[in-house]
Amino acid sequence: MVKQVVQLRINGEDYEVAVEPYRTLLDCIRDDIGLTGTKKGCDLGDCGACTVLVEGKSVNSCLMLAVEAQGKDVTTIEGLAQNGNLHPLQEAFIQYGAVQCGYCTPGMILSAKALLDENPHPTELEVRQAIAGNLCRCTGYVKIVEAIMAVAGTG
Amino acid sequence: MRFEFVQPSALQEAMQFLASHQDEAAILAGGTDILVQVKQKKRLPKYLVNIKGVSGLDGITYNGQGLRLGALTTIRTIETSPIIKEKYPVLAEAAATIGSVQVRNRGTLGGNLCNASPAADMAAPLIALGATARILGPQGERTVSMEEFFAGPGKTVLGPGEVLAEVAVPPPSPRSAGAYIKLGPRKAMDIAVVGVAAVVTLESQGDRCRDVRIALGSVAPIPLRAKKAETVLRGQVVSYDLAVTAGHKAMEEASPITDIRGSAEYRRDMVGVLTRRAVLRALEAART
Ligand SMILES: Cc1cc2nc3c(=O)[nH]c(=O)nc-3n(C[C@H](O)[C@H](O)[C@H](O)COP(=O)(O)OP(=O)(O)OC[C@H]3O[C@@H](n4cnc5c(N)ncnc54)[C@H](O)[C@@H]3O)c2cc1C
Ligand code: FES
Ligand code: FES
Repeated sequence: MVKQVVQLRINGEDYEVAVEPYRTLLDCIRDDIGLTGTKKGCDLGDCGACTVLVEGKSVNSCLMLAVEAQGKDVTTIEGLAQNGNLHPLQEAFIQYGAVQCGYCTPGMILSAKALLDENPHPTELEVRQAIAGNLCRCTGYVKIVEAIMAVAGTG
Repeated sequence: MRFEFVQPSALQEAMQFLASHQDEAAILAGGTDILVQVKQKKRLPKYLVNIKGVSGLDGITYNGQGLRLGALTTIRTIETSPIIKEKYPVLAEAAATIGSVQVRNRGTLGGNLCNASPAADMAAPLIALGATARILGPQGERTVSMEEFFAGPGKTVLGPGEVLAEVAVPPPSPRSAGAYIKLGPRKAMDIAVVGVAAVVTLESQGDRCRDVRIALGSVAPIPLRAKKAETVLRGQVVSYDLAVTAGHKAMEEASPITDIRGSAEYRRDMVGVLTRRAVLRALEAART
């Protein structure tokens, strides 16, 4: 199959990769670009482990083709820390014990970031709705919700 | 997963390609249905035709003629649009029940309808609102009412090369309101076991019901308009008991199946309960 060249801007850096048309953005980010913070769980849109931001909006990167991301601005978990300092959400997840195995954490934090960028002071219900598409098999969600509310100043 | 990717920039080009590769090509909108189906090998199109580069299929307009929703309008946009929340809150309410934020950010209205699942959450409220589908094809343009748009599970009335371009919703009547109630195992991320939409319009004065439209999801091969249930209510002052009777009529109209999400008996019972609740809730909202 003929590969297509795709230009992506990931965490502010420009990348050019040649991909098959059926390559998902998820596989492209992990295997072609080598940023493995984004996780693959179900590969079907159900678990949210693959959540990244495209033009600021949260999407399941397993349900988006790399060719569809041509020219788009993508944020992955690697893009959150600035100058060696963790993002406030990352700090809060550590502080509140919202990370256990960590597999859901990158997607969870990006869903939370998308929420807070749009709605800086969400209610608990709004937080829970925002992370409804991110499954966590370890924490029971309570600490995750607390961590997000703490960053929002509504906890 | 394997296919070729076709990226037309004009609608004409897209329709021609689709018409000449009928069984081999499928439209890709948000991909939240079709990419899952391709990964699960339920569909194996040779070509996916991305219509997101085609102009004129996106956007929301509202004026005296009503609401127009481009097929590429995302579910998230419908959920959060101020004009939809003000004029057609039932649509925003239904959109909010679909999947997750991530799914709603990618998933489109056109995809939800053209995937033609009997459980598609946008279908029942649009049928209840009297919406129409504007279809463009190699032979030109045609308009089909939303209740006639579905032909069976996974099937619509779209012919070779035809594309759903837009959904039009008539202006809301004064003293009218809608409700959509979705029953699912989880509050989020699950498709409906039963979904019921009702839109009630009251006479300009008093409590008499001038018009009512009811649509049922997940309980028939297609999203179904419950006309007999409507007849029970139209022209009447709707009491609780009358809403119960309408619910019983809707149960007769439904033809549910048993699957992992629920038995046919349970679904039929829930049609009765949810029809009653949706009618009473819409009625209450129409009064205020
Ligand atoms: C985790 C998850 C949860 C979900 N939850 C729900 C839910 O709760 N309720 C619900 O209703 N759905 C749900 N869905 C299904 C799906 O997200 C929606 O149906 C969505 O609106 C589909 O839109 P899309 O743009 O992604 O469609 P696509 O996958 O791009 O397309 C779907 C079908 O429609 C055709 N098509 C698309 N646009 C057009 C057009 N303009 N003209 C002609 N044909 C067209 C395509 O060829 C394809 O056959 C869920 C999906 C996932 C992955
Ligand atoms: S890997 Fe994408 S949602 Fe599970
Ligand atoms: S911390 Fe293990 S899945 Fe969430």
